[in-house]
Amino acid sequence: MMNESLNLIMLGRTKRLRRFILVTSLLAIIAFTLCCTMLLLGNTTYPVQDVVRVLLGEDVKGASFAVGTIRFPRMIAGVFAGFAFGVSGYVFQTMLRNPLANPNVIGITAGSSAAAVFCIIVLHASSIVVSIASVVGGLATVFLIFLLSKGSSFSIGRLILIGIGIQAMLNAVISYLLIIGKQHDVPNAMRWLSGSLNGAKMENLYPLIITVLIFASVIIVLGKRLDMLELGEQAATSLGIDTDKTRLVLIISSVFIIALATATTGPIAFVAFLSGPIARRLVGVGFSNIIPAGLVGIILVLASDLIGQFVFVARYPVGVITGILGAPYLIYLLIRINRKGDI
Amino acid sequence: MMNTSVSENKQFLMPKYFIRILILLIILLGICVVASLAFGSRTISLTELISGLFQPDIQSHEANVVRQRISRTVFSLMCGAALGVSGALMQSVTRNPIADPSILGVNTGAALFVVCGISFLNISTASQYIWFALVGAIITAIFVFGIGSMGSGGATPLKLVLAGAATSAALSSLVVAIMIPRTNVMDQFRFWQVGSVGSGNWSTVSTFIPFLIVGILIALFTAPALNALALGDEVATGLGVRTGTLRLIAAFGGVLLCGVATALAGPIGFIGLLATHVIRLIIGPDLRYIIPMSALSGSIILTISDICGRLIGRPGELEVGIVTAFIGAPILILLTMKAKMRAL
Repeated sequence: MMNESLNLIMLGRTKRLRRFILVTSLLAIIAFTLCCTMLLLGNTTYPVQDVVRVLLGEDVKGASFAVGTIRFPRMIAGVFAGFAFGVSGYVFQTMLRNPLANPNVIGITAGSSAAAVFCIIVLHASSIVVSIASVVGGLATVFLIFLLSKGSSFSIGRLILIGIGIQAMLNAVISYLLIIGKQHDVPNAMRWLSGSLNGAKMENLYPLIITVLIFASVIIVLGKRLDMLELGEQAATSLGIDTDKTRLVLIISSVFIIALATATTGPIAFVAFLSGPIARRLVGVGFSNIIPAGLVGIILVLASDLIGQFVFVARYPVGVITGILGAPYLIYLLIRINRKGDI
Repeated sequence: MMNTSVSENKQFLMPKYFIRILILLIILLGICVVASLAFGSRTISLTELISGLFQPDIQSHEANVVRQRISRTVFSLMCGAALGVSGALMQSVTRNPIADPSILGVNTGAALFVVCGISFLNISTASQYIWFALVGAIITAIFVFGIGSMGSGGATPLKLVLAGAATSAALSSLVVAIMIPRTNVMDQFRFWQVGSVGSGNWSTVSTFIPFLIVGILIALFTAPALNALALGDEVATGLGVRTGTLRLIAAFGGVLLCGVATALAGPIGFIGLLATHVIRLIIGPDLRYIIPMSALSGSIILTISDICGRLIGRPGELEVGIVTAFIGAPILILLTMKAKMRAL
């Protein structure tokens, strides 16, 4: 009897593992295909062997500039920012056990944007300073939100409402900065606000790449603990986790990567919000969905950027496309949550 | 015995210190008006102010500045009154302390329709903006309230705010998407979108007046019934109130006021929230008194914010929408922190 049920559990586990591997590799393949498409498509289409030669470091006339200087950095920016948005969105949603509690909704990206815009317009700072400032801005916003929502009893609802209030203020700060800004600084700052991969330069991408590699690995290593945190405070403690410390490390890591992604590409709307729920729906529960969520983030960003560049007559920044695609899903999710009544 | 019941009755009718607060607010309003005429990127001295106001034959530069500021001040008073009353109406219709046109996404709905009007139908005057903004505001309000009130427990603050935030996000993406290929629209819309009373002139004021009167009349006539509604739907029905019709009319009044204010001045947030809460804190929950007082305090708050914006933003000006967000958002946070968890 005992053996039988154990077998059943093992069987279910194998099944889920198989599904996890299948879905993850499928997502990886799609992401890879999109990367290749990003490199191949453009005003001029170069033959595949030319593109490969450029990537290997050879000098090909024409293709070197278009692919090497414009398309490749654009693709890399999309990949790392998408991964960062997806992973940190997933961490917040899982840790706070609510899909609505993600960095976009509770104002963390607004904090990063406000700091970044301040550096561009008032301090005329270099891109390194902008990156650091956006991390500081994001972290400060997180701590402010958690501090204010502590109160007598912690509740996610209160945290979300306070986040929305803080976001309204930060948006006012951003509007103010844009108004006092000098004419030639404003377009640069506007890029932050719409979320765009335009003008990505390789030399500006290294901080993002390094940070994502370091902190995303930290998050992936802590993945098991994150899943236990989702079970609730008491369950996690009884499973032997130092919940406060784990939570702190996870929050700091995910704020770091999302802040740098925001500093590089601007707040690309809804990617952080959508990736987690989509990954969870595809993979199911039982495994840590951090990597699938990151892959979904990459796919969303790259696909939206391709749509924005090539589908319409006018070129749209990626943030507009993700906004239009993501908002109906957010509304659908709200309707479902309201019906179930577990907000 | 008789005496005490009469005095109790009187107390019920008229909130404590009502007259005193009314006088105080009116004096405050007067100060605001004078300050709004005098301060700005160029400060006008009192003697110049008086000569500019009362001696129409004087043609000095200062006198002309003062005359320019009159229409702006009148416009900001009207906008503030409209937004204040609209906030009071929406809060009592939804029985929800943090209902405000900006939080419910009504402003963005109005903005989307104005943008569509500019880009597809070539509208360009304020009186045309009004109708588009109004339709947009009404549709958005119905939509947001529909989503927010699904499920058990009706429209709780959290559900409404989230529905409003989500709808706002969706609509503003659409606004950007429509604008990006059309630079001329972006230019026209940019001036509207900042939320400023600087555009106020006598023609916008005269367009505004009929809507303001209708909206405030609706508010005053529905106030007693809305008081009953505050006791709960069953009690209100028992008192002979048709709750459905009442909600519809009062909500229409609220949306009308904020829709028109948004159409003429652009999106200005948090006035409804601020004005009504300050007043409710002082004079209690009776809507018959809250509504006129909200109109007064809304005017005062908006005019003060406008003056602050003009002083901070010298030599240009800081749009009033930004100032009200700065003052209003902390109030929203405070209300959230104070609220009991059950109420969320």
